[in-house]
Amino acid sequence: MEDTKPQLLTVTIDGIAVEVEPGTTILQAARKIGPDVAPPAMCYYQPLKGSGGKCRACLVRVAAGSAKDPRPMPKLVASCLTAVQDGMVVENTTNPQVIDARNGIVEFLLLNHPLDCPVCDQAGECDLQNFAFDHGKATTRYEEDRRTFEKKDIGPYIQLHMTRCILCYRCVYTADQITEKRVHGVLGRGDASEIGTYIEKAIDNDFSGNVIDVCPVGALTDKTYRFKNRVWFTKPVDAHRNCPTCSGKVTLWYRGDEVIRVTARKNEWNEVTEFICNTCRFETKKTSDWIIEGPTKVSRSSVISANKYRADLEKPSFGKRLAAAEYKPIHDERDMSQLNIQQLPPERFAKTLPSAVEPEP
Amino acid sequence: MQLTNRAKQVSNKEMTLAEKMYLPAVVGGLAITIKHFFRKKPTIQYPEVKKYLGPIYRGHHVLKRDEQGRERCTACGLCAVACPAEAISMVAAERKKGEEALYREEKYAAVYEINMLRCIFCGLCEEACPKQAVYLRHDRMVPVFLERDEVIYGKDRLVESLDDRYIRKNSEVATTPTEPSLTRSTT
Repeated sequence: MEDTKPQLLTVTIDGIAVEVEPGTTILQAARKIGPDVAPPAMCYYQPLKGSGGKCRACLVRVAAGSAKDPRPMPKLVASCLTAVQDGMVVENTTNPQVIDARNGIVEFLLLNHPLDCPVCDQAGECDLQNFAFDHGKATTRYEEDRRTFEKKDIGPYIQLHMTRCILCYRCVYTADQITEKRVHGVLGRGDASEIGTYIEKAIDNDFSGNVIDVCPVGALTDKTYRFKNRVWFTKPVDAHRNCPTCSGKVTLWYRGDEVIRVTARKNEWNEVTEFICNTCRFETKKTSDWIIEGPTKVSRSSVISANKYRADLEKPSFGKRLAAAEYKPIHDERDMSQLNIQQLPPERFAKTLPSAVEPEP
Repeated sequence: MQLTNRAKQVSNKEMTLAEKMYLPAVVGGLAITIKHFFRKKPTIQYPEVKKYLGPIYRGHHVLKRDEQGRERCTACGLCAVACPAEAISMVAAERKKGEEALYREEKYAAVYEINMLRCIFCGLCEEACPKQAVYLRHDRMVPVFLERDEVIYGKDRLVESLDDRYIRKNSEVATTPTEPSLTRSTT
């Protein structure tokens, strides 16, 4: 009998080997290892079919194509679209060529970006901000005028700032998935390309609000939340309600006792897994509408966790890992039995620091 | 019995009348007093006279206006998140048509409050501000307050008035790339 289970492929990313199923992309394999290794993604969005390959933020170098053909790939490849092969060796942050390419990508993405972060509602949870913070420069070499567009309203709840758009096509794929007809797309070419709804037609779909969550920048924003507050002053709380159209699982963003925004829940890659309907998002903004589950876990490095004090806040494990790595056990060879002292329990003589042990997940 | 040979013989002899008057010491002390009487006085008669505290003194907060008199603050909240004492709070509002002469950006601070009881005058808000809107004046201090309801300074006391502009010449202050004057983007 042959084993019906598909053979697992071994990939090495930044020196860390991981076993994945055939058909997995490099990005997904890297995400399986952890956030330190995962390449940044501006356009790839796992729940959206067909997304990826547009922004080139996730470029990696493949140092060995596979175990059978260990030649390196000639150019950097987009890790969100390239499937892994057995014995593949990928260099992500360990390769200066990749870092250099990413610095260039940031510069290109910011060419026409208005840099109006102090005004933009997305600031604080913006993928482009994070990406530019990791890879960008503080100055610009661009001297021409940036492209400008008028603000546009897509339906009664969504506002489009085309100036901020990086043309990742995530919202287009979202609109394609939630509707039968094609109502949302990119018009024009090159510098003049523009996200648009045909003949200024508003998306009347019940799930159209999800384009706000999907947008990596502040191009599509919630009009009911417009300039209400900065994200780092609001408190995210997980809640759910019985919704006939969607799963009803959301994050409520509180300012004091007031719900000022409702979004879908995002995973650690900033991706929405369960899309929510417009009724949940825009029309039920009272605490009494929801069943509160508890505070949302916010990453310690996120600005949203600033000025929020919680006992169970997870501290970064970096300090503990460093202490564990630098800890030298003390070689105390003295014969304790000869000293006429009270015998201490053996755990008092533990050779490793209790704090140096990795916290259990 | 003598333990060491460092012991000293003391005499208990009574002083003479001239010695009892301590005249040289009294005259010497008086001379010092008279010398100080004619000296230049180091005391500054605060609050009538105020000392210059230097160009980097961190005093009264000011919300700057730009060259055209528009408020620079765009209520981005970076000062409030940088503030270690959590003294700053604000409410943002959208600029309406016709208010372009009042506010520089499409968003502005409708309410901007600093709690002066909480403020520790560290200047981190000034450092955090991407729009060069909030400054701590080097020439003015926050006055003493007597009532608790005087401590929360709103925009009425923070925004600089056009006839009392605050100018600080500091060549080290560079504009950030997010400043519209540098990037030339219009929103």
